[in-house]
Amino acid sequence: MKIVTCIKQVPDTEAEIKWDIPKGTLKRDGMDPIINPFDEFALEEALLTRENYDGDIIAISMGPEKASDVLRNALALTVNEVHRLTDEAFAGSDTYATACVLASAIKKIGDVDVVFCGKQSTDGNTGVVGAELAAILGYSQLTYVSKVRQIDAANKKIVIERAIEGGIEVIEAKLPAVVSVIKGINEPRLPNLMGIRKAAKIEIPAWNADDLGIDKAKVGYEGASTKVVEIAVPPPRGAGEILKGELEDIANIVTDKLIDLKVIK
Amino acid sequence: MANDVWVYIEHKDGNASPMSFELLGIGKELADNLGSSVCAFVVGENVENIAKEAFSYGASKVYAVEDGVFKGFRAEAYAKAASFLLDKYKPEITLFRATSQGTDVSAASAASLGFGLCTDSIGIKVDGGQIKLTRAAFGGNYTVTVVNEKAKPQITTVRPKAFSMPEKDASKQGEIIKESFSIAESDLNTKVLEFIKSEVALNLVEADIIVSGGRGVGGDDGFKMMKELADVLGAAVGASRAAVDSGWISYEHQVGQTGKTVKPKIYIACGISGAIQHLAGMRTSDCIVAINKDPDAPIFKNASYGIVGDYKQVVPKIIEKFKTKLNK
Repeated sequence: MKIVTCIKQVPDTEAEIKWDIPKGTLKRDGMDPIINPFDEFALEEALLTRENYDGDIIAISMGPEKASDVLRNALALTVNEVHRLTDEAFAGSDTYATACVLASAIKKIGDVDVVFCGKQSTDGNTGVVGAELAAILGYSQLTYVSKVRQIDAANKKIVIERAIEGGIEVIEAKLPAVVSVIKGINEPRLPNLMGIRKAAKIEIPAWNADDLGIDKAKVGYEGASTKVVEIAVPPPRGAGEILKGELEDIANIVTDKLIDLKVIK
Repeated sequence: MANDVWVYIEHKDGNASPMSFELLGIGKELADNLGSSVCAFVVGENVENIAKEAFSYGASKVYAVEDGVFKGFRAEAYAKAASFLLDKYKPEITLFRATSQGTDVSAASAASLGFGLCTDSIGIKVDGGQIKLTRAAFGGNYTVTVVNEKAKPQITTVRPKAFSMPEKDASKQGEIIKESFSIAESDLNTKVLEFIKSEVALNLVEADIIVSGGRGVGGDDGFKMMKELADVLGAAVGASRAAVDSGWISYEHQVGQTGKTVKPKIYIACGISGAIQHLAGMRTSDCIVAINKDPDAPIFKNASYGIVGDYKQVVPKIIEKFKTKLNK
């Protein structure tokens, strides 16, 4: 089985965020980068799938030189192959352009059975790249996946559970499929020292727009259909009131105030 | 018309999800500013009743694709039908709720039409004839306003509860435009085998009141107390990431950056310090009550009412008062 996992490097959300105001994009250099938390679950699911059904895992990440770190971490976790997708023309890509670049890489890899990605990234937070990727590739679109029940590569079938509003939906789908996973689907492992040492020596191969056969005008800042026109800091919440006094009085005040809102039935 | 505003109506088992009419309110406002009409669109097996309901919430027209193959929701099938309609009529903008269904259909439709979309908008306005969409970025520390110059129609998902529900007027009527569009079952990739209903009755995102617990509630027993308060108030139970990662409560309850974004009318945070990742998921709640032992906890800076104290003493007292005052 051929398994692809898409991983993204994101700024640590504890870090200070810097914007390139005229472009409306993030200044990613100088930020402490981490692997997108949701992608750790995608990578682990790829590893579990290989353990259960055999096959090869190819991890891909779109991003600048620094993004090599998340791929090196994937190598330390013993994925078989990694590719960094990088080109000046990719900078400023919106969700669709990102999905197009990822799709081109998946087509280039060829004969892929299943693509695992995280439900969303913690920086862009759009949560649509997985679905867009499936639509572009014509693969089964399986989102909010909380469990992979079974994969039958020979018969090109997969059964998964999706955690959606109101419950769990069980779906059988044809392979190939894009499976975007939620937190809690598994417990991501950490690489061991041996893996880290081995991975440290491997050069991370890069694919650019030409390698991927991508029309540069259609991706990146130029190709993006949405343009940022304003970045603002939302007004802070009005200073709240700390209720002081005896517990009895505090409880009376707060329950009265909440009942006055006429929300409680 | 080409500059109409379209609203996607979700349904399940033949019944419209009541909250999906929510967007007809902001849709009407936008259409008035654009000098056009707000229309609903729906994909399903039998959409007559859903369409009638959409009229009562203000849709002037309902565009529909009706076919047996659309009996239950399937992302790829619904997205194909939606993109067929959007490509044919090219409305100015199309609004989807940022639910699992809304996100799935909007993303796949935008991708098959060949452009990006703006997700989880919290502000939409017409400015100089151009539609400006505002979304929260980086844990709500910033808002970003975007315009979509290339995509026709523009597509956006909208954060649930960002706009108020329009008034219902059952006397209102409109025109249903049915388009014939179908897909052969054999051309579809997915089949729904079953739906297992959650034991959690209340959907966190739709709840008007949420009682949430964090690291400070200390364990399963603490969450029993959260549940007790929630039951008195008819509230849903939320949790911080720390509580979920400790295994005290399941992930579907998690509020925050790696959990759900909520906007209830009342949010009661117990033993939650208020890390930015948590605030990202709840800071736009109408009224926030924070109960925490630590007077310096950042949650207090975001709370409408703060109570410095041990939740183990405060919450039972509040439960007792509510029971008396609400005759429960």
